[in-house]
Amino acid sequence: MKYDAGKYDVAVIGAGHAGCEAALATARLGLRTLLFSISLEAVANMPCNPHIGGSSKGHLVMEIDCLGGEMGKNIDKTYTQLRMLNTSKGPAVYSLRAQADRKKYQIEMKHTLEKQENLYLKQAEIIDIGVEDGSVKWVETNIGAIYQVDNVILATGTYLKGKIYIGEVSYKSGPDGVFPANKLSDMLTKMGIELVRFKTGTPARINKNTIDFSKMEIQNGDEHPKAFSFEDTIEEEAEQLPCYLTYTTSETHEIIRKNLHRSPLYAGEITGTGPRYCPSIEDKVVRFADKERHQIFVEPIGRDTDEMYIQGMSSSLPEDVQIAMYRTIPGLEKAEFTRPAYAIEYDCIDPSELKLSLEHKKISGMFFAGQINGTSGYEEAAAQGIIAGINVAQKAKGKEPVILDRSQAYIGVLIDDIVTKGTNEPYRMMTSRAEYRLLLRQDNSDLRLTEIGHEVGLISEERYQKFLRKRDAIEKEVERLESTVIKPTDKVNQFLERYQSSPLTTGAKLAELLRRTELKYEDLKEIDEQRECLPKEVAEEVEIEVKYKGYIKLQQQQVEKFKKLERKLLPQEIDYEAIKGLRIEARQKLNKIKPNSVGQASRISGVSPADISVLLIYLEQQKG
Amino acid sequence: MSTIAAIATAPSNGGIGIIRMSGKECFKILNQIFRPLNPQKIEDISGYTIKYGYIVNIKTGENMDEVLVSYFKSPKSYTTEDMCEINSHGGMVIEQEILKQCLLAGAELAEPGEFTKRAFLNGRIDLSQAEGVIDLINSKTAKEAKASFQQLEGELSQKIQEIRKMQLDIIADIEASIDYPEYDDVEEVTSQRLKKVLIEIREKLIRLEESYNNGRILKEGIRTVIVGKPNAGKSSLLNAILGEERAIVSNIEGTTRDTIEEFVTIHGIPLKLIDTAGIRNAKDEVEEIGVQKALKLIKKADLVIDIIDNTKELKNEDKEILSMLTEKVAIILLNKIDEGDFHLEDKEEIKETKKPIIKISAKTKEGIEELYQKIIEMFQINQMEIEQGNLVTNMRHKNQIHKAVEAIEEAQIVLEQELPIDLISVPMKQSLEELSAITGEKVSEDIISEIFSKFCLGK
Repeated sequence: MKYDAGKYDVAVIGAGHAGCEAALATARLGLRTLLFSISLEAVANMPCNPHIGGSSKGHLVMEIDCLGGEMGKNIDKTYTQLRMLNTSKGPAVYSLRAQADRKKYQIEMKHTLEKQENLYLKQAEIIDIGVEDGSVKWVETNIGAIYQVDNVILATGTYLKGKIYIGEVSYKSGPDGVFPANKLSDMLTKMGIELVRFKTGTPARINKNTIDFSKMEIQNGDEHPKAFSFEDTIEEEAEQLPCYLTYTTSETHEIIRKNLHRSPLYAGEITGTGPRYCPSIEDKVVRFADKERHQIFVEPIGRDTDEMYIQGMSSSLPEDVQIAMYRTIPGLEKAEFTRPAYAIEYDCIDPSELKLSLEHKKISGMFFAGQINGTSGYEEAAAQGIIAGINVAQKAKGKEPVILDRSQAYIGVLIDDIVTKGTNEPYRMMTSRAEYRLLLRQDNSDLRLTEIGHEVGLISEERYQKFLRKRDAIEKEVERLESTVIKPTDKVNQFLERYQSSPLTTGAKLAELLRRTELKYEDLKEIDEQRECLPKEVAEEVEIEVKYKGYIKLQQQQVEKFKKLERKLLPQEIDYEAIKGLRIEARQKLNKIKPNSVGQASRISGVSPADISVLLIYLEQQKG
Repeated sequence: MSTIAAIATAPSNGGIGIIRMSGKECFKILNQIFRPLNPQKIEDISGYTIKYGYIVNIKTGENMDEVLVSYFKSPKSYTTEDMCEINSHGGMVIEQEILKQCLLAGAELAEPGEFTKRAFLNGRIDLSQAEGVIDLINSKTAKEAKASFQQLEGELSQKIQEIRKMQLDIIADIEASIDYPEYDDVEEVTSQRLKKVLIEIREKLIRLEESYNNGRILKEGIRTVIVGKPNAGKSSLLNAILGEERAIVSNIEGTTRDTIEEFVTIHGIPLKLIDTAGIRNAKDEVEEIGVQKALKLIKKADLVIDIIDNTKELKNEDKEILSMLTEKVAIILLNKIDEGDFHLEDKEEIKETKKPIIKISAKTKEGIEELYQKIIEMFQINQMEIEQGNLVTNMRHKNQIHKAVEAIEEAQIVLEQELPIDLISVPMKQSLEELSAITGEKVSEDIISEIFSKFCLGK
């Protein structure tokens, strides 16, 4: 029996990291928002690694925060360890990473959702989506409720026709023992949406009391930990939990080799495409046969559980083989499994069917975010979630979608990559993917994005005013450093000598001194008499901007060049088949992707520089 | 829009060649490389003016060619931008060299059909002609692609791939250490190692860039100057070489007008012999010239042949010439072995030069073949390279390689300043980007593939 369950603005399907951000964004922007999850116990779950952030992913979390998202705040409340990575490699690649208390993270997020006005969290499986005249009209639950909606955001993660493999055993399942969503896939196919099969995996969990940590290296958190959210500060005294490091041995590898035939990956049962960056342990042993050992990180899952996550041991081998493997790893010889490693296969869409707003090109009001788009990772999912949420709200208000470009944010790089190029393996964010990474730093996330977050309506007036004051303080101090001249006095030269810096013969600006590798902003205080005491985050930003000015400027020039083609917009209704002079491959690709701008077109594989010239001429013709 | 430059005339050794520039910076660039007889401020030069003067080498300041430059001021030009056309003496070498100066001074090499494209985009060409513009771009692109493809087959492509591999390898190490900071699999890239690799990459790139000079040499001949004191045997040597190969000699009047260039092909290798004797008289005798003049010619030469009379002691004039050879590719000939042997090869002044020494008799032609073999060996020329294709493509490639070198040098500076590794990766990727533009490969995906093929990372 079906029944009419009422009218809402938007339904978000899936309450993982993408779904939570999406639903919070739409609800906070005033839309009546439904958020469905097959099980409410699985809200904001981390079925795989218990950490958030890391290289380039830390950047994503801070960007989400500056747009008004929740992930940063939630992990600041629930971390068990915080570490800043890459501190010696340059300011642009500093990356914050947190170990999470997984259960607490879920509880906090779920509670935030429950408290949120306009947000209706519901346990149900969506089995159908009504599309009439190319627009979304309603969604239907497994128990017959029909909700009228204008928009839907699909954030189904790895649930679509999820199938778990543990050696010879396989069964239909979502991650972590939750039911899969079996019906929605077919509905999508019926609508003409193409599905591909991806695969990922997760290692075993081990009872801490059966681990011999004396055989492992300990890894502690930072002494002066930083927060993800620009609105939070971390208590330095709060207890942090350690992680541990151990290694596989040649015996481990021997066991794997002997049992490869029992791996569904190698027996050919799993056909989904797995990511290169998350190889299972059997993949590692086969592909890097000459390596004597592989690193294994042992990480806590929470403060009130003794389960530990064993990073590096992801596998699809049978449980008995897994157990045998652990017997050969120092410190894990007596390990007791609480959950075995498994591989999971799931359906996802080809993200090149989407617009840069994350709305489907052909179905109005249907948005996609997270792992269903072929990405991997909690942070990647959350980043798409908040953008999809924002763009549903923009659409509801009749405004242009928010599209971040590659020079503005990692989020921009991520979405541009998947939408423009598609992906043939689960897509992971990496700093190497960002062309302008000197500009896309963690420290300046607020300078890059707060304005946008405020304009959209997710950043409060209070936070915005505070941000403006910070920005002013930075600008003023940079200007002061660039204009204050230090005279070559004895005192100055003695100071310089102490820092093994060449002495001055004529006056030099403070900024010039700061650009010397050996001198820091803090050090210069000694010879900088007019210095006012500035907040730490202002001083940090000033130092980076001044010290690396030359390189930052160089990238800004590259960005200027890049933006010229980004500004040449291509109307969606262009029929590329009709443009004479384009090569056939280019016509087909352009018609499929329907790029927003000539810049985006130039990044499509198979579109040549000559094709771009043709497009520019075509655009000019249209003007005439 | 950037300022673009290209050779506008068809590649041939015709009467004159035109190098064209267009864009905002056009006159600023011209100013750096053109020395007009009557210098004037650009504001005082009106459009459609022609000025006479010299194109100079931007680095050395030396005169390169006598030219006429036409000025076109925006919007009254083909592209509607500021434009100039440099009318040079024909000869592809000269054209290429002038174009090179434009690029060094800040112009960018024009894409196929780009002048016309700009004319169109700036509204200069009627809309009805748009299809013509597209056809032009497509046909020029196809032509270039074909020529480019031919070049990329074989050795050149191999060399480029070899350097790309080195670049990718080190960049992947840097990137992996940033994206996977916890994995000890990924060795920290030390500045020592980086320094070594950067030097290696730079050297390889420069060698590759120089190989394009070889291409130029093959098209235009090895500029060869024969020097020596009076009566050492210059004229006999010249006649020995010319006499033998007379059938394929052509006369090209040089641009400096006081020397004669003889073009001769020996075993398939073109030599452009620069006659240091000035104008040849009717009896085919060679007049001698002074040491100062010789020095000037030596500077411009690809190859110097220093001929010394081996029947007499070394004279001061000999020693002076020997001292000029230090920086040059040179061969020392000890002549007149038919008349006697003074064993000048044992002399300190000759040994010091470390140049190859060949004993010959210009009169009997003994040792001449040995000289030819030495030249072939020194320029590492083989038949395949002789047949090498299109010059425009050559120039584009060379230009890309040059940019790749510059970026590597930038990386070296950053390294010198002990800045963090992330900052070094910027110019290094730039360098890879420039080199990859030749083969059209996408950089970003290659780096990521390289990381995952090298390292074992992830859960």
